[in-house]
Amino acid sequence: MLPFTEMTGSAASLLRANIDTDVIIRIERLTSVPREQLGRYAFEALRYRADGSENPDFVLNHPIFRSASILIAGANFGCGSSREGAVWALMAAGLRCVIAESFGDIFYNNCFQNGLLPITLSASSVRHLADQTGQGAPMTVDLVRCAIVTAQNETIPFEIDAARRQALIEGLDDISRTLRQKPKVVAWQSEDRTRRPWIWQLPAA
Amino acid sequence: MTKTLLDKLWDLHIVADLGEGWSLLHIDRHLLHDLSGTAGLFALAQRGLAVANPELAFATPDHVVSTVPGRTGTTFEAGAKLWAGLKELSQKTGIRYFELGELGQGIVHVMAPELGITLPGVSLVCGDSHTCTNGGLGALAFGIGSSELTHALATQTLRQRKPKAMRVRFEGRLGNGIAPKDVILHLIGKIGASAGTGYAIEYAGEAIRAMTVEGRMTICNLSIELGSKIGFVAPDETTFKYVQGRRFAPKGDAFERALSHWHTLQAHNEAQYDRDEVIRAEKIAPTITWGTSPEHSIAIDEVVPDPSAITDLAGRKAWQEALEYMALTPGRPLAGTKVDWVFVGSCTNSRLTDLRDAAAIARGRRVVDGVNAWVVPGSEKVKREAEAEGLDAIFKSAGFEWREPGCSMCVAANGERVPPGARCVSTSNRNFVGRQGPGARTHLASPAMAVAAAVTGAITDVRRL
Repeated sequence: MLPFTEMTGSAASLLRANIDTDVIIRIERLTSVPREQLGRYAFEALRYRADGSENPDFVLNHPIFRSASILIAGANFGCGSSREGAVWALMAAGLRCVIAESFGDIFYNNCFQNGLLPITLSASSVRHLADQTGQGAPMTVDLVRCAIVTAQNETIPFEIDAARRQALIEGLDDISRTLRQKPKVVAWQSEDRTRRPWIWQLPAA
Repeated sequence: MTKTLLDKLWDLHIVADLGEGWSLLHIDRHLLHDLSGTAGLFALAQRGLAVANPELAFATPDHVVSTVPGRTGTTFEAGAKLWAGLKELSQKTGIRYFELGELGQGIVHVMAPELGITLPGVSLVCGDSHTCTNGGLGALAFGIGSSELTHALATQTLRQRKPKAMRVRFEGRLGNGIAPKDVILHLIGKIGASAGTGYAIEYAGEAIRAMTVEGRMTICNLSIELGSKIGFVAPDETTFKYVQGRRFAPKGDAFERALSHWHTLQAHNEAQYDRDEVIRAEKIAPTITWGTSPEHSIAIDEVVPDPSAITDLAGRKAWQEALEYMALTPGRPLAGTKVDWVFVGSCTNSRLTDLRDAAAIARGRRVVDGVNAWVVPGSEKVKREAEAEGLDAIFKSAGFEWREPGCSMCVAANGERVPPGARCVSTSNRNFVGRQGPGARTHLASPAMAVAAAVTGAITDVRRL
């Protein structure tokens, strides 16, 4: 997983609430397009017109925000489908951080598995940050200090779960960490076979 | 101890306390489908890891296979590799696989409860956000992404942070002809699509107790549309009767032991919830969505809402955009709006009880010319049982297409879509922009309401038929 410590980049704002993972990436793209090429399909329904041309009103099509690495989003961002492709598409589009008032639960988990940093801030802080993105002024997101520093040198602190923060900073992979606990799992299962035999007694395949 | 049901379900599966609210949870059941399941098994093989407990995993194709009568795994060409991959990798790793045409094939969340794979009190995951459906039996069931899916296969556990507990009580009785789908759409409209974010929701109250297990699954299915990846109903006699005798359910002594454990899966009388909601069941009318979020729901006799009534600018803009996408005018009744497509199916509403509700309205009526109406049973078992009751004949003679089991037009990942600009009344769970195909306009409703639209050619209050 890509570690995340600190990054600086321009921020694009997309304040519509309830942007779902179907809108972030169409499911058909996930069956036909390699993960690293999903970037151009991110927000497809908003980004392109019916004839396939770019919609100039969509923020990521604006020259200033084409290379944005931070997205300031509306509440409940990433709700809906569990598709991790939504995170891959955002990252393939160059984004490393999404700031919103709230996130879909599964999407939020998926972010941490890939090195995309989701930051939760109050509605007023989200709006305040969005107001400052106008000319593509860069912001710094510092996960070590848990703070966002704007171009005007204003510091906005954020909170994040300690375990998740550490895993992101170190780029730690959950599977390797859990595999080290294997003896514990095996012991638990062995007790569980007595405690809840019906979980384990399944007819043969 | 005054534990909530969430506390009990959670504690049952803790292998290790990881601190700060995090647990290493044991996973008792893992469902794999042809989209995320195939990818997960492939990722695992690439990393050179083995499946920890293949006997606890169950695989079947549903997302990327065609549902056209006579279909095979390759009928939808773009899905052929995923279908074949699921079959091959399941067999290689010793995971039980249910092939097309076999009992056991179907939408994962329809087949797992009906086979007794889902049981009260189990922890169950799947790379699919509607895994919460299985909570209808009192399971701790939730959807996961690809990375967590691979983690669950490799370790039979997941690292999870315990959510907060919400209870929603539906007090009183539902009116005649009011379906579980109306109940849950009503709730989402009332408390919003992000009300459940960070919570596990326990559905309770008289109206839930009176409901079939199938109906409870419909309620739990839309938990994710409230923002919550977990939703459940405490198991009771209705649940135990439903489970007994199913293929993978415990038998004999094992059943008796399980049963005495299942009786303990109730919240303590004085349990405290982080959020508690009460909804009056008798006030719920047939409910349908007008916009592009499940929270855009109204009673069928209400008018399309007016964005100018919203003071928050971003909220107003969202409503305006939704109305524009849906080509609707504020202030007008939704009833009477012409429809082009009707879809009865999906993990929300494709069980035998749903098809009976749908058939009761279809019987003796005809789908209006120009409307394409499909019925897609949720599983091979549902299909065979419906055919044994003659439901297929009712649908076919009314002009519906009777298809093979799968996700079909709910997810539009299988070549089955609503065309751009077409309006569809659908029994599925998402009316998102482009969900049923680019430009498709989806109205979520119950099976009876969907059939009412098919036989009148317009959005219709089923109580008036």
